[in-house]
Amino acid sequence: MTTFLAAVLTATAPVVLAALGGLLCSVSGVFNMALEGQLLWGAFTAVLFSHLTGSAWLGVAGAVLCTTLYALLLSVPAVTFRADPVVVAVGTNLLALGLTAFLMRQIFGSGGTFSSPELAGLPTLAALGLDAPVAGSQSPLVPVAFLLVAAAAWWLGHARSGLRLRGIGQHAEAAESIGLRVPLYRHAAVLGAGALCGLGGAQLALGNVTLFSEGMSAGRGWVAVVAVMLAGSRPWLGLAACLLFGAAEALGFRLQGLGLPQQAADAAPYLITLLALVVVAAARRKEAPV
Amino acid sequence: MSSPEPRARAVARLIAGTPAVVSLVGALLLTTLVMLAVGVDPGLAYPALLRGAFMDGNLEYTLAAYVPTLGMAVAFAIPFRAGEFNLGGDGQLALGGITAAALALSTGGAGSFVLPLIGAALAGALLAALSAPLHTRLGIPAIVSTLLLSVPAVSLASYLARFPLAEQGTGLAQTPLLPLAAHLPSLGASTYVTIGLPLVAVLTVLWLLADARTVPGYEIRALGANREFARYGGVRVSRLTALTLAAGGAFGGLVGGLIVLGAPYRFVDGALTAPGYTFTAIAAVLLAAGRPLAVPVTVALLTILQAGGQGMEREAGVPSQLTQIVQGLIIVIVAVAAVAKARPSRRPA
Repeated sequence: MTTFLAAVLTATAPVVLAALGGLLCSVSGVFNMALEGQLLWGAFTAVLFSHLTGSAWLGVAGAVLCTTLYALLLSVPAVTFRADPVVVAVGTNLLALGLTAFLMRQIFGSGGTFSSPELAGLPTLAALGLDAPVAGSQSPLVPVAFLLVAAAAWWLGHARSGLRLRGIGQHAEAAESIGLRVPLYRHAAVLGAGALCGLGGAQLALGNVTLFSEGMSAGRGWVAVVAVMLAGSRPWLGLAACLLFGAAEALGFRLQGLGLPQQAADAAPYLITLLALVVVAAARRKEAPV
Repeated sequence: MSSPEPRARAVARLIAGTPAVVSLVGALLLTTLVMLAVGVDPGLAYPALLRGAFMDGNLEYTLAAYVPTLGMAVAFAIPFRAGEFNLGGDGQLALGGITAAALALSTGGAGSFVLPLIGAALAGALLAALSAPLHTRLGIPAIVSTLLLSVPAVSLASYLARFPLAEQGTGLAQTPLLPLAAHLPSLGASTYVTIGLPLVAVLTVLWLLADARTVPGYEIRALGANREFARYGGVRVSRLTALTLAAGGAFGGLVGGLIVLGAPYRFVDGALTAPGYTFTAIAAVLLAAGRPLAVPVTVALLTILQAGGQGMEREAGVPSQLTQIVQGLIIVIVAVAAVAKARPSRRPA
């Protein structure tokens, strides 16, 4: 049971980080569908910097920095030029897929999967002297992810700037009329989401495993988008949605060991995520029929 | 345009100003920059790209790749005209492909290639149509539901190809060779260019006509332009949304069937989704910037880029993923160009 719970936390952490970023954007009134590509870019840059420097933490820092910069590709067109964020996101997701595969061949000399003994992965909490039943096997980024959810929940509910961000999402003109610089907040939200996706990608590539493989975000960014849709502006609800996904992934993995075909295990998280979305949307419809 | 400008210059200006040209030129510039950044000589890479697409017998492969890309472009474009994003192309491809293979195998080729193709189109249509009530009844955007349904569909097709329908004794993730009667007839001496080419071309023309000249085509465009206004004007929104998604999915499924019924005449796991037809097609449709007539042209451009990318990889050692980078950049630039065109003078923030 403890190993299962640990597997759930490991599977959930990258999705939670991406979803938290998506939630900040959605609260500010920008629909961020670029999470998938940013997670992938984060994973790649984390491995790149870890490989170059030999330090996992510099890998994490590199991923956060690079993915924040990558998020400019969404924030400048969508916020400054007011281009359709959905279309831009389709482009940046595709770009991330191509760019990571391209750079992987150019820098590491091969496609597919890159791993190397020189590649430094994140230490477990146990190795840092914090041994606990479920948490011990996790990387330090896992508790950070959950703490960030708590911090965001508090910030959006109580801090002045967090409340302003929500106000901007609810009524941009009204927020503008009291002197708030709407584009500034939105840029910050999109770039913040980039940083969080960088963190999520780093956890994916240096925490869950210690390697990079092409397309390794494998739809997690889309699950994060769904989590954002489920959550509205409530980070805790988003966390619950991500935990559901993490549980489905861990369960699928477990059942695969018991003879369930791999394809069923691959499909399960997406079907369960979609099912959760359907159930919640149906319940909301019942509450407030349109 | 009051001054009597020479006609040729006016036309040239008009063409140069279209978002497609702007974004293509922009993307090529950026590609060149990327090449320079990674130390590749564009003077070597671009000729290699053209040779890879047209010379040394490669034209056949480029033409063969044009068919699925065009089909997937229409699969994306039909719902897109109604304002729905069909990102589930991979699932529709895979499900259509495995359905065609299953039908061809189970009938022993008795249905020639027609029955498997119809089955493939139906499978794709059903899969995509699932997203319609999710949007119209529950408010879940098609862009999310089509994508979430795509992964399980690809997994299902993969499972079927590996277990119930697998070729026995080889251990490969593929179905047995399909019966000869179900093979698509080739055009001329080519193995890879089949009657799929005229079939998809005719269907594309039919879509273009329907889009421009029929009442449902008009209603679909109205729906895409303004959902509530279309509803007010008497457009049956739910029904039309389902229709466009199903039609798009049918194209996706059909393309899957065409690939499987062409060489190497079997469903090979991963072979349908690996070339990335779905997203090349999406880039092409977005590049066409709302002009359906431009779609066959933009598809041709991106197919040449894609096919040429392989040649560039062989000759100049540039990873072919460079073309994916270009496609991604094109989409971003088109999105910006579309807004810049709609609002020539930016109003103060």
